[in-house]
Amino acid sequence: MRSRTVVLSILFAALAIAVALVSLTVGTAKLPLADVVEVLLGGGRRGTRLVVLELRLPRVATGLLVGIAFAVSGALLQTLSRNPLASPDIVGVNSGASAGAVAVIVLAGTGGGNISGIAAKVGIPLAAVLGGLLATLIVGALSIQRGVVDAGKVVLIGVGIAAAANSLVAWLLVIGDVNDAGRAAAWLAGSLNSRAWSDAIPVLIAVVLLLPVAMMFNRDLSALVLGDDVASSLGVRVARIRMVLLVIATVLAAMATAGAGPIAFVALVAPQVALRLTRMERPPLLTTAMLGALFVVLADLLARNGLQWAQVGPYELPVGVLTAACGAPYLLHLIGRQQKGR
Amino acid sequence: MHVENLTLAYDADVPVVDGLTLEVPSGQLTAVVGPNGSGKSTLLRGMSRLLAPKSGRVLLDGKDIHSLPARELARRLGVLPQGPVTPEGITAAELVSRGRHPHRGLFGRLTGEDDAAINEALQAVELTELRDRPVDQLSGGQRQRVWIAMVLAQGTQHLLLDEPTTYLDLAHAVDVMNVVHAAATSGRTVVAVLHDLTLAAQYADHLVVMGDGQIAAQGRPVDVLTATLLDEVFGLKATVVEVGGAPVVVPDRRLAG
Repeated sequence: MRSRTVVLSILFAALAIAVALVSLTVGTAKLPLADVVEVLLGGGRRGTRLVVLELRLPRVATGLLVGIAFAVSGALLQTLSRNPLASPDIVGVNSGASAGAVAVIVLAGTGGGNISGIAAKVGIPLAAVLGGLLATLIVGALSIQRGVVDAGKVVLIGVGIAAAANSLVAWLLVIGDVNDAGRAAAWLAGSLNSRAWSDAIPVLIAVVLLLPVAMMFNRDLSALVLGDDVASSLGVRVARIRMVLLVIATVLAAMATAGAGPIAFVALVAPQVALRLTRMERPPLLTTAMLGALFVVLADLLARNGLQWAQVGPYELPVGVLTAACGAPYLLHLIGRQQKGR
Repeated sequence: MHVENLTLAYDADVPVVDGLTLEVPSGQLTAVVGPNGSGKSTLLRGMSRLLAPKSGRVLLDGKDIHSLPARELARRLGVLPQGPVTPEGITAAELVSRGRHPHRGLFGRLTGEDDAAINEALQAVELTELRDRPVDQLSGGQRQRVWIAMVLAQGTQHLLLDEPTTYLDLAHAVDVMNVVHAAATSGRTVVAVLHDLTLAAQYADHLVVMGDGQIAAQGRPVDVLTATLLDEVFGLKATVVEVGGAPVVVPDRRLAG
């Protein structure tokens, strides 16, 4: 069981890196894989270095990192609420983060040009985290019954909060300057287009700091899936751990949303696929993380080049459109399964 | 284990357990019985720190359970609450291994000591052969025994079990009670809330009858379980007969006409 989880983690990590390498070769100028590898190892010509390191790598790195962040966030929320539907994209965390980020783009926008300096670098991630935390706080407070979070209620209330946050976003788009609103709308679809290192680094920091902390609670999570009462009689401080992990899950999803927009369904699907493949009783964090990274870079590669490869035309899709198209049927399947379980 | 003047309530002003004092006999099986709503499950929650008392305290080896760190308490007191969640696909051995949680560090695999405790617990509930089966594929009685094995693997001196035989048919309930009784025989102090009076009387060394948040009677089953008590506490007209030294409750039929 354990070794299966380790093997799958390594496999998904290797696949994610392979897809990332392929992604680095495609673009306006097609590069041979050998050149890309040479650049990554510190060599290569100046022009090639510029294209790979400054133009393409930020996009691919952002993709890998937001994949990890969304997937781990989903695994944590699903485990904490014992509900496979409770992922940040369903229960309003991404929507709350979007509302925060769009508020900064629209309200601090310069009407045309990119918003610059402090507002963009710190403002968007910060506003996204605040928006996400606010959504989590409201959902948490409303779904507590007799001091216990009601797993079924979390999803229903979360969907309501998501709708409220989305209508706030719509309102911001209406009142905003046309150019700002256009940029915000493109970002809302979930896109890795023209990502820069300044987009990747906040997500990198969040993942490097929070993933190890979440993994320190692995054993407590294994007790928590047996029910709050059992966990607490096994010596787990349920309320405190739930609070810490809820904040971690929210910040991860919010930072990922700030980095690449609310890419749909990665947080919902990756943990469940990892769960089925590893045959564990809860989504294993590391396997889920690697699978999330693989999902996003693969979806981005296909969204960017799929229509071209299929000879439809030189059209690029935002990655979020592709994940939504693949994720929506899965969501319906999950809902169907839950209904049957009752 | 000693319960001192314990008052428990879910809502502010309505005590479910009201100023209850109880000395739990060490190394014996104590059964707590009582009509629905008498506070027997609430008492167990209060004794296990799942519910904080409004007043009074619960002493374990002379120490207030609320003064002990969570892990320390979990090494001394095992609890099987009602309705634990059986995760899909978890195997019997894995579920039992979760009982080792309070003994384990942050990382690292199960130690030899952990493995020994898990094997011993599976053996005690006679499920060694089914250790690699998913728990959700086992029968209700087997599933309940896996859960008891998890608490046994916790290796605590004290055990609290909340209605371990609920929803089980008699044969499976007897299997479970044999396991519970064996745990007490091996020197543990066991408290079990039970709803079946005859089963409780058959197995318990000490019987506690609760009514209205208080102890209505306690002592040896044969002394406690009388027709008068059943009428007063349960509102049940019944005849009590003795079979093999233990009382058996036979309800009187109430026929129309």
